[in-house]
Amino acid sequence: MVAVDGADGLIADVTGVPHLFGGDAELRDDLHAKLEHAGLGVVSAIAETRGAAHALARHGGGAVPEGELMAAIGRLPVSALRIDSKTGEALSRMGLIRISDLAAQPRAPLARRFGSGLVRRLDQALGMQPEPVAPAAELPHFGVRITLPEPIGLQADVMAGLSRLLERLCGKLACHHMGARRLRLVLHRVDRETAHVEIGLARAMRDPERIAALFAKGVDEVEAGFGIDAMRLSAHITEPLPPEQMGAGPNLRHEDALADLFSRLGNRLGFDHVLRLLPARSKIPERSFLLAPAAYSEAEAPPRRQGPERPIIIFPPEPVMTAAFHQSTTPPARFRWRRMQFTTLRVTGPERIAPEWWFDDPAWRSGLRDYWKVETCEGPRLWLFCTPQVSNWFAQGEFA
Amino acid sequence: MRLDPAPAEPLTLAARRVHEAQGFGRRAFALFQAVRHPGPLVWVLPAHAPHLPMLRGLPDGVGDRLHVIRPNSEIDLLWSVEEALRATAVTLVIAEPEKPLSLIAGRRLQLAAETGKTTGLMLIREGAGSNAAETRWHCTPLPKETADSTPHRWSLSKNKKGTLRSWTVYWNGATPAFNLVSAAGERHEPAETPT
Repeated sequence: MVAVDGADGLIADVTGVPHLFGGDAELRDDLHAKLEHAGLGVVSAIAETRGAAHALARHGGGAVPEGELMAAIGRLPVSALRIDSKTGEALSRMGLIRISDLAAQPRAPLARRFGSGLVRRLDQALGMQPEPVAPAAELPHFGVRITLPEPIGLQADVMAGLSRLLERLCGKLACHHMGARRLRLVLHRVDRETAHVEIGLARAMRDPERIAALFAKGVDEVEAGFGIDAMRLSAHITEPLPPEQMGAGPNLRHEDALADLFSRLGNRLGFDHVLRLLPARSKIPERSFLLAPAAYSEAEAPPRRQGPERPIIIFPPEPVMTAAFHQSTTPPARFRWRRMQFTTLRVTGPERIAPEWWFDDPAWRSGLRDYWKVETCEGPRLWLFCTPQVSNWFAQGEFA
Repeated sequence: MRLDPAPAEPLTLAARRVHEAQGFGRRAFALFQAVRHPGPLVWVLPAHAPHLPMLRGLPDGVGDRLHVIRPNSEIDLLWSVEEALRATAVTLVIAEPEKPLSLIAGRRLQLAAETGKTTGLMLIREGAGSNAAETRWHCTPLPKETADSTPHRWSLSKNKKGTLRSWTVYWNGATPAFNLVSAAGERHEPAETPT
């Protein structure tokens, strides 16, 4: 019987086992040899009680012969007793540094001063209180299946079978307060072929009807052959989803409707095509925001506007044709962009943006950029920049 | 179905209909409409389109409501627009189709907008309009006269339920506030001076 012990340990109940190996020390050597073979460096201890084994494994290890418990752990510091650091500090301030010091103290004042936790841990280490080893519960498996007496081939029949499966699966999910994020439907055909239909959901969900609607398109494309005689449905990616209050108001219904839309769009276009803009911490215009999948991110309010104005639309730099002799770092009086001729009316700037040297971005190899807001006599207000080192002009955005 | 009357206020898009905007300033016009529609916004643009709305430049309160859908093909684009229009949760759908809409596609979008009680705005290229559109706007930014103004000329070139008009609007692209320049009447005869 093996259980997890703290963040970094395992504990096993070896009652009645050591004699099969020839003794405690031999059992421990055998364990070490096997784990070393697997490439793991470990420290282990065998003791009469769980608390003592825990303490000893973290302070040198070793096997304690029966009846010599106090001698083995008495020399260890009190912090080995699984007590919080505050209690440990208070004990050492009082001069109780080793476990043997603590065990010699009268118990009632200890309990009054440090609470029952310390006394309980001491008792557990010394074997005066039982502490069983219980393995962790197995994770629930979210899968259901159905076998059919007669093979089916019609889409409506498959959907009917699917809705029965979904009802059971969603009941199971509800029991564990979980919601499905991705589901896979496996259809077994009579000729031992299988067909897979997989869908993703924009939000953890366990509503059978809404999930069934998303399967419709995938089921439509499945080749039934001579018929389907078994179906298996599993939610292989799940997320915790606490129960929601019934009729929580229009707000929740609104969110559900939006999540349904993103599920539908995501299942046809791919979830990486349904995006949302998130602010990022960068001065570089292209990297000042992120495109994140809307299904896997939360909306975030953009930072307050400060500093120079930013355009509403951004595009990759497009070269701007200027007169051949224009080599200055102030914007040209006349220029061509996208086959249109513009005359500069007013300019605002420059705003100098330096490349982020810790990223090797090919677009920024040309070095510094001086950004200008250029208003033209023709109307458009453009975001132009010039690279002082090479003296070329590019357009990168348009203002409202 | 009850037909909504044409909005009385200028520059308001009739609800539950699909509209069109063309011209260089069409994206500014789309963002102007986005500010005036509370609730989730969807902007559909092709995956290979080079431009994107820039979060830090968007008007206040639009950035966190905006969702960008980038379908790979034109058919997927129209399908996503229809789905988004059909969803009741969305208030405004902005889309940038690359080809002119056929009459069937345009009509389908109108029906979807009616079902979902959503407003749609297609940003189209010059002359790529569809006959099914409710209104068509021609948007051009104007050069400014003084240092701190951002004038736009937004004119209606098609209106199914109303008259055509042209507005000169001062809108700086940051706040919902805007300034409408009163239409200057064209004078055919010299002004009479009181004697």
